[in-house]
Amino acid sequence: MRALIIASVLFLTPLLAAAAGGSQVPLEKANIDLTDQASLQRGAGYFVNYCMGCHSLQYMRYNRMAEDLGIDELTLRENLIFTDAKPGDLMTISMRAEDGEQWFGTAVPDLTLVTRWRSPDWLYTFLKTFYSDDARPYGVNNLVFPDVGMPHVLSARQGVQRALLEPVAEEGAPPKVKGLELVQAGSMSPSEFDAMVLDLTNFLTYVGEPVRVERQRLGIYVLLFFGLFFIVAYALKKEYWKDVH
Amino acid sequence: MSADTTETTGFLGWIDKRFPLTKVWNEHLAQYYAPKNFNTWYFFGSLALLMLVIQIVTGIWLAMNYKPSAADAFASVEYIMRDVDWGWLIRYMHSTGSSFFFIVVYLHMFRALLYGSYRKPRELLWIFGVIIYLAMMATAFFGYLLPWGQMSYWGAQVIVNLFAAVPGIGEELSAWVRGDYVISDITLNRFFAFHFLLPFVIAALVFLHIVALHRVGSNNPDGIEIKYGPKGNRWDANAPADGIPFHPYYTVKDIVGVLVLLALFSAVIFFWPTVGGLFLEPPNFQPADPLVTPEHIVPVWYFTPFYAMLRAVPPMFGSQFPGVLVMFAAILIFFFLPWLDRSPVKSVRYKGPLFKIALAVFSVSFVVLAYLGMMPAKPVMTLFAQIFTVLYFLFFLLMPWYSKIDKTKPVPERVTQ
Repeated sequence: MRALIIASVLFLTPLLAAAAGGSQVPLEKANIDLTDQASLQRGAGYFVNYCMGCHSLQYMRYNRMAEDLGIDELTLRENLIFTDAKPGDLMTISMRAEDGEQWFGTAVPDLTLVTRWRSPDWLYTFLKTFYSDDARPYGVNNLVFPDVGMPHVLSARQGVQRALLEPVAEEGAPPKVKGLELVQAGSMSPSEFDAMVLDLTNFLTYVGEPVRVERQRLGIYVLLFFGLFFIVAYALKKEYWKDVH
Repeated sequence: MSADTTETTGFLGWIDKRFPLTKVWNEHLAQYYAPKNFNTWYFFGSLALLMLVIQIVTGIWLAMNYKPSAADAFASVEYIMRDVDWGWLIRYMHSTGSSFFFIVVYLHMFRALLYGSYRKPRELLWIFGVIIYLAMMATAFFGYLLPWGQMSYWGAQVIVNLFAAVPGIGEELSAWVRGDYVISDITLNRFFAFHFLLPFVIAALVFLHIVALHRVGSNNPDGIEIKYGPKGNRWDANAPADGIPFHPYYTVKDIVGVLVLLALFSAVIFFWPTVGGLFLEPPNFQPADPLVTPEHIVPVWYFTPFYAMLRAVPPMFGSQFPGVLVMFAAILIFFFLPWLDRSPVKSVRYKGPLFKIALAVFSVSFVVLAYLGMMPAKPVMTLFAQIFTVLYFLFFLLMPWYSKIDKTKPVPERVTQ
């Protein structure tokens, strides 16, 4: 039986290797920290300023965000709500889906769950890998989201990146991008920009599941409870089973 | 089983004159004699019952805030996750619970394979069990549509389209199941109705499963019928010598099992509720979009062995129907197991090497098929799926032969401890 298991593991190893491949661009690791309230607050600020013109957070409420991020109501109203929305309202936008289709070729997605669907690393890499491409309507393309419909909103901060192409191996093959190079500096240094993108990613990861930190905190107590209960139950079982053994 | 003749008095006496409360308690718990040699595998029956209860209770609480309509379903799930007090916990208990229910039931079924619990006189007990398994799969399938995410939508689309492969009436049949030409609001409404109903059907089937179990008595790791062994133990002179009262001995023991399960269950719920996309698939965090097909449609892990078989069978005469037949046959073949096993002994402890090899190959095939069912269907993967589908069926089809000629060991008179 053991030999059989080992044989089948060996036999499956090439399958695992094949399954691991397939991803086009390696994603950069986003070192998010959901307990870093300052980072989350900055991320919320960036989001409402740069993203929320087009992207909603339609399942998230302003006041839940404010409470979790340690933002008082006055700050919330003055710095984070730009519409006539009330603190208890969902973070929706007024742009219609039809308009998005008209302007960008596709309805602009809601971003409440983007990190749960795509992953934080994907979002982090996406925000960092816009590059100029004259073939696209807004003059930019993206490494992890080829032919993305949106413009590079953070271009003034990051600057302009150019794609470095690999030499074309055979005629007619699409050119492969091997890396990006900053050709025009933005208002932020690359490390400042990375920090900004990380704050945004951190914030959107929080928005994807606001209860996550609380969930993990509670989990420890729940496991401790079951652990203690287990000791009592096991002792009880031993005591009863003295009759049987 | 000796009926307790002691008269009860007071309030209990009043009840007992009108309802056989003490009688039922004694016959099924306090004086129900179960073999004393149950091992860890015997936890999974009571744990399966616990999972059913958890699913029903959390399910009812979810239904209090869930809205079964194409326009509102996705948003109502996020509403439960964010705005309903403890909604996230109830939702994660339910989503994790479905996977845990299947894990527990698969281990429960494997126990039956190990110790021959499907053999005479437990054929009906086994058949009720297979029907419960079928009802669970139906419930899980209906339930998976309800969050109305991309994988909910397209998974249901793929599975309902299987009915379209039935020759002649296929198209009408699949439209009848959906109530529409595509998965739509109408489909969501009826799936919700069935998802709410079926757990109670399962509860009724579990009742029958337990009635059948208590009629014949539990099997045990030695596969010895304690009922036919010597009589008399410290509790009752007429009870099987190798039996112990279910209550309190197995109730206190099962509580220990319950706590281990709940600890594992909580570890997943509180620290890793998606299990890397296995319990909650990432595309399901995107609302259903009938116009955008996900790159890679996969059912949840507990269906993937059968999905791999479906894809492994090549279309014949321009029809996918043979694949559909193979997939259903893979489940229905379990019904015949009691009559396929011709071994003179029940338990793997006394069975010979042929059965042990067959069971190992079958188990590995099931796990490999589950893995292949999650992977994109590349040609090499399909080839592996075909090989393991054949191995899966050979476990059953060759059983009358290998179980008969296998070298078995002598079974002892009494259970071993």
